[in-house]
Amino acid sequence: MNRNTNTKLRKFHQAKWDEPIIFELGEKGEQGILMPVAEKEIEDEIGDGISKLPAGMRREKAPALPEIGQMQVLKHYLHMSQENLGADLNVDIGQGTCTMKYSPKINEQFAASPQFTELHPLQDENTVQGMLEIMYKTEQFFKEISGLDAFTFQPGGGSHAILGMSTIVQKYHETRDPGNQRNEIITTIFSHPSDYAAASVKGYKIINIYQDETGLPDIEALKASVSDRTAALFITNPEDTGIYNGKIAEFVRIVHEAGGLCGYDQANANGILGITRAKEAGFDLTFFNLHKTFSSPHGCGGPACGALGVTGELARFLPAPVVRFDGKTYLLDYDLPDSIGKIRCFYGTMPAVLKAYAWIMSLGDEGLKEVARVAVLNNNYLLKKILQIRGASAPYAEGRHRIEQVRFSWEDLEKETGVSTFDVTCRMADFGFHMWSSHHPFVVPEPFTIEPTESYSKNELDEYVAGLQQVSDEAYETPEIVKTAPHNSVIHRPGHDTLDDPSKWAITWRAYLKKCASGRRKRI
Amino acid sequence: MKTAHPYIPNSAPEVQAKMMEEIGIRDIDELYTDIPVSLRFAGKMDIPEPLPCEYDLKRHMNRILAKNSSCEENLNFLGGGCWQHYVPAICDEVNHRSEFLTAYAGEPFEDHGRFQALFEYASMMGELLDMDVVNVPTYDWGQAASTSIRMAARITGRGQALVADTIAPDRLSAIRNYCKSFVEIVMVNHCPDTGKLDIEDLKSKLSPETAAVYFENPSFLGTIEDQGREISDMAHTNGALSLVGVDPISLGVLLPPSNYGADIVCGDIQPLGIHMQYGGGHAGFIATRDEEKFVMEYPSRLFGIETTSEEGEYGFGDVTFDRTSFGDRENAKEFIGTATALWGITAGVYLALLGPKGITQVGKTILQKSQYAAKKISQINGVRMPLEKGVHFKEFIVDFSPSGNTVKTVNQNLLEKKIFGGMDLSGLFPELGNAAMFCITEIHTKKDIDTLVQALDSIING
Repeated sequence: MNRNTNTKLRKFHQAKWDEPIIFELGEKGEQGILMPVAEKEIEDEIGDGISKLPAGMRREKAPALPEIGQMQVLKHYLHMSQENLGADLNVDIGQGTCTMKYSPKINEQFAASPQFTELHPLQDENTVQGMLEIMYKTEQFFKEISGLDAFTFQPGGGSHAILGMSTIVQKYHETRDPGNQRNEIITTIFSHPSDYAAASVKGYKIINIYQDETGLPDIEALKASVSDRTAALFITNPEDTGIYNGKIAEFVRIVHEAGGLCGYDQANANGILGITRAKEAGFDLTFFNLHKTFSSPHGCGGPACGALGVTGELARFLPAPVVRFDGKTYLLDYDLPDSIGKIRCFYGTMPAVLKAYAWIMSLGDEGLKEVARVAVLNNNYLLKKILQIRGASAPYAEGRHRIEQVRFSWEDLEKETGVSTFDVTCRMADFGFHMWSSHHPFVVPEPFTIEPTESYSKNELDEYVAGLQQVSDEAYETPEIVKTAPHNSVIHRPGHDTLDDPSKWAITWRAYLKKCASGRRKRI
Repeated sequence: MKTAHPYIPNSAPEVQAKMMEEIGIRDIDELYTDIPVSLRFAGKMDIPEPLPCEYDLKRHMNRILAKNSSCEENLNFLGGGCWQHYVPAICDEVNHRSEFLTAYAGEPFEDHGRFQALFEYASMMGELLDMDVVNVPTYDWGQAASTSIRMAARITGRGQALVADTIAPDRLSAIRNYCKSFVEIVMVNHCPDTGKLDIEDLKSKLSPETAAVYFENPSFLGTIEDQGREISDMAHTNGALSLVGVDPISLGVLLPPSNYGADIVCGDIQPLGIHMQYGGGHAGFIATRDEEKFVMEYPSRLFGIETTSEEGEYGFGDVTFDRTSFGDRENAKEFIGTATALWGITAGVYLALLGPKGITQVGKTILQKSQYAAKKISQINGVRMPLEKGVHFKEFIVDFSPSGNTVKTVNQNLLEKKIFGGMDLSGLFPELGNAAMFCITEIHTKKDIDTLVQALDSIING
């Protein structure tokens, strides 16, 4: 099969280098780089430096790192990079909830500038006016985008921002009423798992609100859950289903009336930028993921940044320092006596802030709104197309439009053919596509979540749909090819036979060698 | 006619018309009918006029970045948790690759490279630390230490951690935040002339409540702790765990903590091939022995090697995924989310390039140059070296009190000579006097150090 001119489906094969583990490469004596040595005068005056170490603290046996020449190290990593699919290479719309959009290359150039990379966080403020300006102005942008009054960039990701929100909520209630009993946070089952887990870390009992028959969180369940123990509501909107909760202001009102605060999880705000904001819905706290909506690249899972915003009333609790501007000079202000303290060292993941700043500057008010509108247009276009594929369905909100993503289901496909969503995931890889079978909760049967963002062209969307169509056809006609996939990916279907067994799992190469040698495990 | 934005292909009106026809709408606004009018933001966000032309954006950004004056343009001696080390070109080459930079959460077959690169990172860290389990990196050292302490509390079923007071103040603040109402943090004193842990104070504070003893080596103040075995033994005898935070770039020359009894080791990998980025290059690691009681308490992703349906093929996947909040939000160990994977891959590249000889050499060079610098500075009239009786790694403390100068004055004068002086500790550790902490690494030449010494001498002694 060559590329189908009608469907645009490709004859694809991912790079497969059969790449050894790095410890299997190189020879003794090889070296990838030489480190600077002390000058002769220093050596003459000080000696080897090591002799001064306290007895017993000197490492006698060098760590058993690999020994490999420079070009060979490079080649090894480039082989591995080719055995990876990034958004720059595929139509990366199958990782719903994660907003796999284009990360502009020019922004990488800015972030690679020595005038950014070689800045130490404790430099005199006068030597980092450019960076402080970017932090300050980016904060102003987020104030506009959310309608809230102050932001910190310290959290190192969305989940970390949820931890930050929980910490601020706790401090707020302690400050107002030192003996308070507010030990519950309410969230919804289709909010991100961290809205539950990261809030639990602060000691909160978490109450899950499930969806009603419309797919929206059940407002009656919320009413029944609030009490004088309610510390806060943490809620995603739209949730992972992509359905906008039009009663959101009422949710907020109910929680406020019970004395709780409301935190808006806007990790994924891609469909609503400039369309609707935390402020109008009445929220006290919010956060945005700069590595999702604001284009900083995902980096295989970070570096990331969760920009955490609050109302003026809560600003005094933000982690220090905050950036101020006196009209001439930008300053770091540490004088926040009510601050919750540090969430992360220094000021946060600055490369993500720099890239988000440049991205917003490229788009402006109109452009940000166009991002949202096109993300929603693309999503509803896909919804229409995917519902025409046999075996696929979109639970909840039938006939209604969705915002930026949809959690679909292969339930019918599975019932009719025995092909599961994981099988489809495996087979989609044979066409160069990723399709994610979604994280907790496992409420929608055989789920897959599609989020096209604004970045992909209509042709690309059509190509992805052609992939889903092809796999569906195969499921009904030749299911074996799907159930034994992938066939054209880097490796074949994982065995998952060693990952949950303490006698077999191996998280490092040295552990693997020990377990092989002890005969408990067959050498791969 | 509106111009399509280069980042938004379907902002072209012709395309939008086709897609709207397919959906059966006449205006994109119809897709937002679920958002009540009362919640619609009708205004204009107050954001500057956009620069959609890449050249304009570049001019704009370059103008702002030019207001920074970097550690390349000046001579930098700041450390304190973010350190200027040499970053090999291959580290940047690999972490700029599109395939790694723009990937996220693909499956183990299509994202085989990501899994393998992070497995190799953990494996090389395992060699450096002499431990068998290392996590996919978390946010930073503070988070790694916080989680280490909470892991220890869960393992021992106890609620107090004893923490050496030579810890970074920022890190301590993050730990207190994270452990609040779960683990009480109690500080243990250090000996004022060596920076080492006060063993008597530790002894008096160990109790049946102690889940862990946590100390750092080298400490935040730069000093090397040589009582590691004794401290670990005391913790173990008491039924507690021994936790050590470590600077990984020291481990070519310094004994890894597992060799003196540490059960959980943590730290930051920023020194391993990651640019400072104004404090944006941090990533935390956690390492333990390969025992179920430790592994099951990690909140982090742990990538393991496994088989595939093809004989002889390496595969990788998540070890005990159900531990994590991705697997089960209600029963998860703490939580997991996007953190710092790309820095993990980068640190792996760094360790692969250096190999055993390079990591030993860099440690040796740092020791020699920092000892040289400390010696030369100590000879300046009007300074005092508060922790002189201890041995330091790359950072050491200088007290300007005898000269009557504050750190602020000295640093302002140094800045005029394009030198970033040591971190000002006078507010954080007032008992050290008008103390600055200087950081010397392999990047400093003898001439750089001599320039600093002469500058300090002329500022203090005219």
